[in-house]
Amino acid sequence: MTWDWNAVSDFMPYFWDGLVVSLQALLFGSLISFGLGLVWALLMRTPSRWVRWPVGVVTEFVRDTPLLVQLFFLFYVLPEWGLTFSALTTGVFAIGLHYSTYTMQVYRAGIEAVPVGQWEAATALNLPVRRTWTAVILPQAIRRVVPALGNYVIAMLKDTPILMAITVLELLGQARLFSQQHFQFTEPITVIGVAFIVISYPASLLIRALERRLVR
Amino acid sequence: MTSGLWELVIEGIWTTVQLLALSALLATAVSFVVGIARTHRLWIVRFLAGFYTEVFRGTSALVMIFWVFFVLPVAFGWQLVPLWAGTLALGLTYGAYGSEIVRGALSAVDPAQQESGVALSFTPWQRMRLILLPQAVPEMIPSFCNLLVELLKGTALVSVMGMGDLTFSANLVRLALQQSAEIYTYVLLIYFVIAFTLTRLMRGLEKKLKAGIGKGPASTESQRVRAVGVGGGVS
Repeated sequence: MTWDWNAVSDFMPYFWDGLVVSLQALLFGSLISFGLGLVWALLMRTPSRWVRWPVGVVTEFVRDTPLLVQLFFLFYVLPEWGLTFSALTTGVFAIGLHYSTYTMQVYRAGIEAVPVGQWEAATALNLPVRRTWTAVILPQAIRRVVPALGNYVIAMLKDTPILMAITVLELLGQARLFSQQHFQFTEPITVIGVAFIVISYPASLLIRALERRLVR
Repeated sequence: MTSGLWELVIEGIWTTVQLLALSALLATAVSFVVGIARTHRLWIVRFLAGFYTEVFRGTSALVMIFWVFFVLPVAFGWQLVPLWAGTLALGLTYGAYGSEIVRGALSAVDPAQQESGVALSFTPWQRMRLILLPQAVPEMIPSFCNLLVELLKGTALVSVMGMGDLTFSANLVRLALQQSAEIYTYVLLIYFVIAFTLTRLMRGLEKKLKAGIGKGPASTESQRVRAVGVGGGVS
């Protein structure tokens, strides 16, 4: 086995470029999944089954099919329908949509964990539905689910390399490009593999600490 | 779509199913070995097993696949057949997630059970085999079911390496027909049907195993709520 430190130092400028793109995708993907997941979770609590049933089926479908195929679907089918986005935008949306079907379950568990007394108190105070949700239920529910959402942010980070398949030059895309140009595969791919561990392990420790603070 | 293209898709399904079965077997073996090692009395065994889990859980599955396909042959001279390379990468990665499930279920068994095993002067291995595992395995099934669906979704990644699985065949059909909506819809549906079938099979298995230790079937709905994806919840 040969390890060439020069290849590593040659790769580093591309590494930082890729890292910026990966973190961008992660940031916007997380925001979409947090927002959309809350929307799904609230829709699943509407009284009408004509809303709950389609939302349930669609989210189950998205959750049980591969992100990669969904990504291809959005990337190749949307332009056929006349909607053209950049590869990164498509990728961010696909990750956000895919993970929103996971975060909706997190929110659902969080909402169900709010004690019944809180609902009854809101009724007793004659709060309108809107105020009940925004001032009583959601603040308590979201506090509990922050660590679980954080776990999904880490999972999303580990799924960002998939964007490489639709030509986004994030970490793995940069590594592959560099490998093909310089015929050095070992160093770039190992470097980004280590980078993922270096980012995600401290992040998971942080989330465990958050869990101890917020969930009691 | 012509019948020739359908044949391509069916070959793709077969490759995906093979890859799924092989990597599920490897992942199960890894989960149990590493998960049981994490309850070992020697700290070095626990540390190594924990290290393995953090490394393989910490990195991305696609990066692992790249590593096995590109770095292993160059660095160590092991050129693997694509099917085995895919199995190795997926099995090791998802095995690391599975080991957390095994560890969690083992530590959730009532400590009195373990103590009664000590009182009866069982060896550690007998305690594991006769007392802990029979009670812990049924509890693992719902989590393993979720992990199996994650693994199914993970098998799509090997198409990036040019392995002819279902996703790869979809890309070929797209190139042949110059239209994508139809084929990708079909492929998503096929994946969904496979995932649905697996979920049903695992539920049946859980019922059977729980009946074997005298427990009723748990409310599967509540366990589905706790469903967590890769990296989520199993920490």
